[in-house]
Amino acid sequence: MSPFPSSADSEGRAYRNASPGLRFFLTASLALALMFLDHRGIYLAQVRAYLGAAMYPLQIAIDSPSAGLDWVRENLARRKTLQAENAALRSQSLTNRAELQRLAALQAENARFRALLDSKTRVSNRVVVAEILAVDMDPLRHRVILNKGGREGVIEGQALIDAMGVVGQITRDQGDSAEAILITDPDHAVPIEVVRNGLRSIAVGTGDLERLSLPFLTRNADIKAGDLLITSGLGGTFPPGYPVGTVTAVDGSSGDAFLEIAARPAANLDRLHEVLLVFLQPGSAATPAPAPGQPPPLVASPPVEAAAPSPATETPPLVTATPNADTPPAAAVEPVPVPEPEPVPVPMPMPEEVQE
Amino acid sequence: MRAPRWPVWLLVLLALAAELLPLPAAMQPLRPAWTTMVVIYWALMWPGRFGVFSAFLVGLCVDVAHGSLLGQHALSLSLLAYLVVRLHLQLRVFPLWQLTLSVFALMFIEAFVLLWIDGATGRAEFGPGRWGPVVAAALLWPALMAAMDRVRERLERRDSSFA
Repeated sequence: MSPFPSSADSEGRAYRNASPGLRFFLTASLALALMFLDHRGIYLAQVRAYLGAAMYPLQIAIDSPSAGLDWVRENLARRKTLQAENAALRSQSLTNRAELQRLAALQAENARFRALLDSKTRVSNRVVVAEILAVDMDPLRHRVILNKGGREGVIEGQALIDAMGVVGQITRDQGDSAEAILITDPDHAVPIEVVRNGLRSIAVGTGDLERLSLPFLTRNADIKAGDLLITSGLGGTFPPGYPVGTVTAVDGSSGDAFLEIAARPAANLDRLHEVLLVFLQPGSAATPAPAPGQPPPLVASPPVEAAAPSPATETPPLVTATPNADTPPAAAVEPVPVPEPEPVPVPMPMPEEVQE
Repeated sequence: MRAPRWPVWLLVLLALAAELLPLPAAMQPLRPAWTTMVVIYWALMWPGRFGVFSAFLVGLCVDVAHGSLLGQHALSLSLLAYLVVRLHLQLRVFPLWQLTLSVFALMFIEAFVLLWIDGATGRAEFGPGRWGPVVAAALLWPALMAAMDRVRERLERRDSSFA
């Protein structure tokens, strides 16, 4: 017997008026037009932002159980656990601060060397913490929703990092929230360089949270498993120097002209909860250079170079860390009118990788 | 008196939420396509009230929620609703196992439309994330139908147009 009670039927009324075929024709043409416009990226950006903002309450609602669980865990934590955690954090903070002192000295030293080499100083970037909502998006893509948007100064294309490395970038600003793409999304590529030898290439997402691929390196490229990859800063989206991943496998057996290289992302992409939004400082090496031909602005870098060594000379404990730190800051400021050797960020540095 | 429509849309909203609910990464390819199932159910049972236009609206919501190309799910779900509305009289007399197979086939067509659009925009991918939801949804279909039938019967009892 049929599982359907033959209830007084529904085939009766309304849908006889307009045939489903006509309706489907209408919706299909509308959908095709929408897809065309959205794919071309015209007209619909604002509409999508509004629709995304309309979706935000639902996303908040879905996130609320896990957020509530976190809240409960934090509030019901026992005094003892809190004290232990506090002590652990304090000691960690102490170690971090000690490391940071050393880093400041090294940074100053680095700035001096860079000045001697006539290259531009890299400045540190301001970061802001954003939370990732516990919402799963399309299973085929790696997108996340952040709880900060344009109202907090988030802009499209802004880089995201976590404590371990690069996470991704903002793709859509929705006012109170923002959509971001992870570096492992198949649509994403990040310009990288190998720390060991400065070899530049592009790391492309694979759709697997544990794997990036470097498809543009030829067979004679000097790269091996264990190499650390950092952002190169080319392209202007990602600030230079942040870890992207570690090479896990280099396969040259396929008889292809290019190596098959897999890398594991440095960031904990599958356990993300909070991320840092990087705000590029004006004058940092990652800001897009002015139009080629026009001389780059020199005003931005000298103050930075002048400022960088000062912490090293002001704080006495640092002097012990590096023997060079007692050099007067004047030495660092001296070669101020640096001609800028920083190459113009090429949108796709891939051709030069192919040539080598 | 006609039964209110909001329970239908509430169930659609719940299905949408179930699709966004965080799951462990290993489980994600097996997340059932809830909205697709709910659209099939209502188009099958109440084709006069929940047809192609409603499915189109649901599809737009899915597109926004997933961050996919705007119109992608709208197209695939309205095609699905069209097929179901056209075939609903035949589908309804099928025994349950046969209906489940047909639902599987319909959802496969829907997933294929999505794949086709992904391919046209250069993101075709044949991972387990593509077909897993279809299989999971087909396996869950009998249970979902039993649950939704209860809701529907309660609504129909209050509705004089079904009497």
